[in-house]
Amino acid sequence: MKEYTYTEKKDTRSGFGAGLAELGRKNPNVVALCADLIGSLKMNKFIEENPSRFFQVGIAEANMMGIAAGLTIGGKIPFTGTFANFSTGRVYDQIRQSIAYSGKNVKICASHAGVTLGEDGATHQILEDIGLMKMLPGMVVINTCDYNQTKAATIAIADYVGPVYLRFGRPAVPVFTPEDQVFEIGKAVKLVEGSDVTIIATGHLVWEALEASKVLNKQGISSEVINIHTIKPLDEKAIIDSVSKTGCVVTAEEHNFLGGLGESVARVLVKSKPVPQEFVATNDTFGESGTPKQLMDKYEINSQSIIDLSLKVIKRKKN
Amino acid sequence: MQNNLNELTTQVRRDILRMVHKVNSGHPGGSLGCAEFMVVLYNEIMNRKKEFDMNGLNEDLFFLSNGHISPVFYSVLARSGYFPIDELNTFRLLNSRLQGHPTTHEGLPGIRIASGSLGQGLSVAIGAAEAKKLNNDSSLIYVLMGDGELQEGQNWEAIMYASAKKIDNLIATVDLNGKQIDGATDDVLPMGSIKGKFEAFGWDVIEIENGNNIEDITKGLLNSKSLSGKKKPVCILLKTMMGNGVDFMMHTHAWHGKAPNDEQLASALSQNKETLGDY
Repeated sequence: MKEYTYTEKKDTRSGFGAGLAELGRKNPNVVALCADLIGSLKMNKFIEENPSRFFQVGIAEANMMGIAAGLTIGGKIPFTGTFANFSTGRVYDQIRQSIAYSGKNVKICASHAGVTLGEDGATHQILEDIGLMKMLPGMVVINTCDYNQTKAATIAIADYVGPVYLRFGRPAVPVFTPEDQVFEIGKAVKLVEGSDVTIIATGHLVWEALEASKVLNKQGISSEVINIHTIKPLDEKAIIDSVSKTGCVVTAEEHNFLGGLGESVARVLVKSKPVPQEFVATNDTFGESGTPKQLMDKYEINSQSIIDLSLKVIKRKKN
Repeated sequence: MQNNLNELTTQVRRDILRMVHKVNSGHPGGSLGCAEFMVVLYNEIMNRKKEFDMNGLNEDLFFLSNGHISPVFYSVLARSGYFPIDELNTFRLLNSRLQGHPTTHEGLPGIRIASGSLGQGLSVAIGAAEAKKLNNDSSLIYVLMGDGELQEGQNWEAIMYASAKKIDNLIATVDLNGKQIDGATDDVLPMGSIKGKFEAFGWDVIEIENGNNIEDITKGLLNSKSLSGKKKPVCILLKTMMGNGVDFMMHTHAWHGKAPNDEQLASALSQNKETLGDY
């Protein structure tokens, strides 16, 4: 099997910052807005190089979403930056009416998603944002897995016309996808070929899936690992093709199982190719304070859970 | 000119009344209260291109934040040439471009943002004003809000931002009719001095004492234009009469969101004789 390695760990939010800086140089219509979290979102470089195209709105996320919608009228491509919690739940109606229903070309860029935000605790750890955003008609939902992919996605969404939710995180995680990758919205990336079980992961759980795949391989189990960076629109063909081969699936995400990637995959399979599925996701709960590692372990969203549920789902297959 | 605008306003009132009557729903009160303002704005004040395009470069743009007064918006847009006047006949019907509240979703020319969920229009207008500045476009942005709508907190984020960032190509009008669904604004949630609040937030404030008088509205709007470009956002407090032009709809909040029945329509239309032709 193909083995993935890494030489360094970097935060996905820095990938966003680097992508935004590159966009600033190559697309004069790209503008950025932030609600008092420039450092956390790594937006400094863009701001330094394009001060007139940056809007600091202060701690006023609702106003930020409205201003972003208005900036599109005049041909601008606004990128909003704040934590995932304040990018979605706090401003849901502003996004719904002024951006999604109005069909505005706004890129909602959300850092510190999920429990790996860590010590700040549940007030800041949103585990419901994928569900909130994927329910909005016309909204593209992307959750990237490492620095390189986040950078590539940030650059790619500027060329797509329409509202996008781009979700990434706080902690440093392995950089294992190619630096020169072309990011294609809605296109799954098969990382490992396998035949016994399909592991479909998004965001920080993609690396965990690769780790799990290595361990399973040592136990003589062949797993196929698919990186679903775009949850909506979902690459249904890639999912169906893979489970047609393996006959079972484990989905893995840093999100509530309600409303997350797993549910989207289940919907596809139940209509076209019903197979046993297990869900690595949080179980209808809020998070809490702790280190990212402690939280991923406690809430069972890690490689060990992927291994355990892979073994379980394989047993559920009808022979 | 004044006569023409009076005739147009009367026709707009008839449009509003007939639209809401036909579907037995919609918001005639605030629509009638803002008829004169919308007529003056679109015909005397705004520098508009004939053809509609979403980006609206090098022309003045208008945003309606209190989207429930869609009947007056639709009538004025149609009679300004954005879409066929006959289409007013489809207001609130299935498959219509004239949704209950304005939307870009159905592609109706003249609409640049969906509104209806209150308190969002000022932020959008500020964004459009910022885009004009980036584009070195010296045109102006107009936005109309309800007074009850100011109870939405997002407005105050936007009001604070506009003065802090010197958004001086923006003219925000508040329809000060003193009424909202549940009653007088002073009974539902007294807001104190709206003028004092805007001034405290660093805005220039102009008051139009008779917001249903075409001459006063014109003067006030011209005055507001002359205040633009001076590093401060401009607010117009437009004192209107909800239900203006229909005797039984005035001096009450009852007609905020209620359509007249056949008899009431006949009475209302008899007070507003056809001028430019019904749709």
